[in-house]
Amino acid sequence: MLALLAQSPTLAQGSTLLAQDPTLADFGRDPWWLILIKVVFAFIFGAIGTVLGVWFERRLVARMAVRPGPNQVGPFGLLQTLVDGIKGMLKEDLLPRASDKVVFFFAPTISAIFALTALSVIPFGPVVSIFGHQTPLQVTDVPVAVLVILACSAVGVYGIVLGGWASGSTYPLLGGLRSSAQVISYEVAMGLSIVAVFMVAGTMSTSQIVAAQASGARLSLFGWEPSWGYWPGWYALLLLPSFVIFVIAAFGETNRAPFDLPEAESELVAGYMTEYSSIKFLLYMLSEYVAMLTMSAATVTLFLGGWRAPWPISLWDGANSGWWPLLWFLGKVTLMLFLFVWVRATLPRLRYDQFMRFGWKVLLPVNLAWILLLAGGRVAWSGNVESGTRWLLVGGMAVTILLIGLLWPARKPEKQRSVAEQVAARPTGSFPVPPIDLVVPPSPRARRVVAERAPANVAIGSGESGESETATDGRGA
Amino acid sequence: MTAQLAVEAISTGEAWVFWTLGPLAVLAAIGMVVARNAVHSALFLVLVMLCLGVFYVVQSGPFIGLAQIIVYTGAIMMLFLFVLMLVGRDASDSLIEVLRGQRVAAILLGIGFAGLVATAFYRALQDVPAQGLQTANVPSNVHGIAALMFTRYIFAFEVTSALLITAATGAMILAHIERRRDQRQTQPERMRSRFAPGNYPGPKAGPGVYATSDSVATPARLPDGRHSERSVPQILPKRELTEAEAAPKGTASPFGRGAEYGGGSTVSRRSEYGGGAAGRPDDSAGNHVPAAPSVGQGGEGR
Repeated sequence: MLALLAQSPTLAQGSTLLAQDPTLADFGRDPWWLILIKVVFAFIFGAIGTVLGVWFERRLVARMAVRPGPNQVGPFGLLQTLVDGIKGMLKEDLLPRASDKVVFFFAPTISAIFALTALSVIPFGPVVSIFGHQTPLQVTDVPVAVLVILACSAVGVYGIVLGGWASGSTYPLLGGLRSSAQVISYEVAMGLSIVAVFMVAGTMSTSQIVAAQASGARLSLFGWEPSWGYWPGWYALLLLPSFVIFVIAAFGETNRAPFDLPEAESELVAGYMTEYSSIKFLLYMLSEYVAMLTMSAATVTLFLGGWRAPWPISLWDGANSGWWPLLWFLGKVTLMLFLFVWVRATLPRLRYDQFMRFGWKVLLPVNLAWILLLAGGRVAWSGNVESGTRWLLVGGMAVTILLIGLLWPARKPEKQRSVAEQVAARPTGSFPVPPIDLVVPPSPRARRVVAERAPANVAIGSGESGESETATDGRGA
Repeated sequence: MTAQLAVEAISTGEAWVFWTLGPLAVLAAIGMVVARNAVHSALFLVLVMLCLGVFYVVQSGPFIGLAQIIVYTGAIMMLFLFVLMLVGRDASDSLIEVLRGQRVAAILLGIGFAGLVATAFYRALQDVPAQGLQTANVPSNVHGIAALMFTRYIFAFEVTSALLITAATGAMILAHIERRRDQRQTQPERMRSRFAPGNYPGPKAGPGVYATSDSVATPARLPDGRHSERSVPQILPKRELTEAEAAPKGTASPFGRGAEYGGGSTVSRRSEYGGGAAGRPDDSAGNHVPAAPSVGQGGEGR
């Protein structure tokens, strides 16, 4: 079952020469101007991504709500966000008297800076040639690149928390408090879901994780290895529970619906950004969308094969070389953004206690059990354990789970009360309800239709009916 | 040990990072002690931790550096902030010494403790040969740490984690208020009691908004003409509006401000509460000048 897990990811690198996978040694050798170009590219990716992301979200949500959405400024309303941004920047910058001035000023910049920093370890593509230099399409990579993403998203929340606190007002403070509790809880779930990826890929560097997803290991059924049988390369399929938990935690980490409790407009006005205006408010907007973009890019990198072409395209030999992978990468990121927007348009916001319970009592235990299973499987199929012992272990585990499932105390079903009993149990002064045996009378509208139509079959009544019809028409006109 | 370390030259970048962030970290540490606001103290500590994280990374310990930032800065300091924010924004430390000589004793003890730790480390590490990064980070930094943590130091880590879990569970039990199952009010029950008879589930009516007054002190009117007591906040003092306050504002008058004009004693009380066209006062300018509505006396009618 888990034979693939025991195999080293380097085994599956038959096609990597063609794909020009960068190794860790390829990083840190660029001339300074190339580094500058890459950094500016990552920054512009974040900024343009925000501008287009807001437009994308508004158009998509509008489409799902059967509205046109922004369509006036520029083709398809593309420039709407730009115009809104310019207008926002020209607005008056208010500084509340009760605020903590220094912290109030720096909080939005913290959010924006750390959201943008995380983009530096995202692999946008393989090794390409820029002005004659062979260089990977990634600002930099370190052996612990995924931890950099986690750290950036963890520290970026300081912007939200401090902004809420420094505003010196109640609703922002509540938003900041919610945000801090939320991020701590969902960071744990997110970190644990990545552990599975680390175990299977055997590395924490983003470019190597992408390389490890190039193709799956050989499928092995009791020693029989069919020539067509491969495990899926993408960790989204291979480690489905981790993928699902990671995406859910990403929603919580980026404060997106249905987990947008820190800025719940029906409860907290606008949460932590209530007191913010002008360019500081825009910085919060920017950091929210860049964080969404970063999380989408991280999901794509960790679980969806990174910049590698998806299946039908990957049949073409040149799909994973040159600049094409940038296109696949952007396409996958757009798909993830679509998911973000789709979920926002579909799901209502969670209640706070439900949200916390979900994080700690569902995501965390499921994650731990899954990691335990995965690690156990890897050890059992690593070759150090004999076949008999292995099957004994698997059988013992299955029996234990079955026993626990069977012996789990079942909840006593509550007695179903009939409607009559429920009505009788109502306290005095309750809202009046109709009797239970009430026969619903036919709708008066329905009766009118019958009355108008009935004479149409009778010769005598036809004239009368025609009159009434014309009268109705006359009224309608 | 020192001889072997000196062999590996310090690169320019590393020196730059150290001389930039080193003073910053020291300044932030001093700021943490000196700052009077608890949240500012916490923020300075965050800065110190971030600098430490960068130092670790620069010294070829990327994993410990990032773990420092994620765990300490991202989670533990966030919890600190969480608690500090609940204390309140304006809570500052008072600098009055309660115990006499406390500060001097603290400084002396601090120096003594630092000396003790330094000596202990010096004596313990004096004869330990340095392995160098090449040996320690085989095959990589993460693998090296993992190998040590899960073989040599596994017992220490397991004991520490058991201690931490015990502490967390103990704190939870101490702070937990156990409620019996029948006393616990679930969300559906709360919802039902909200709609139970005797409780009005909707929001209270807002105060009245009329042509003459949109004050929060003006009660709303019920369908039968009575004032709704619930629409006026109970916290407001009950008082009569003066004529000037009750006069319509913003209407231009040839004789000056409307308030002045309406303040005269000729104001008719007939127009009170929408007396209709018949109740129009006989002022020459034709202004509709109503009398002051009574404030905060809802339910009594007029």
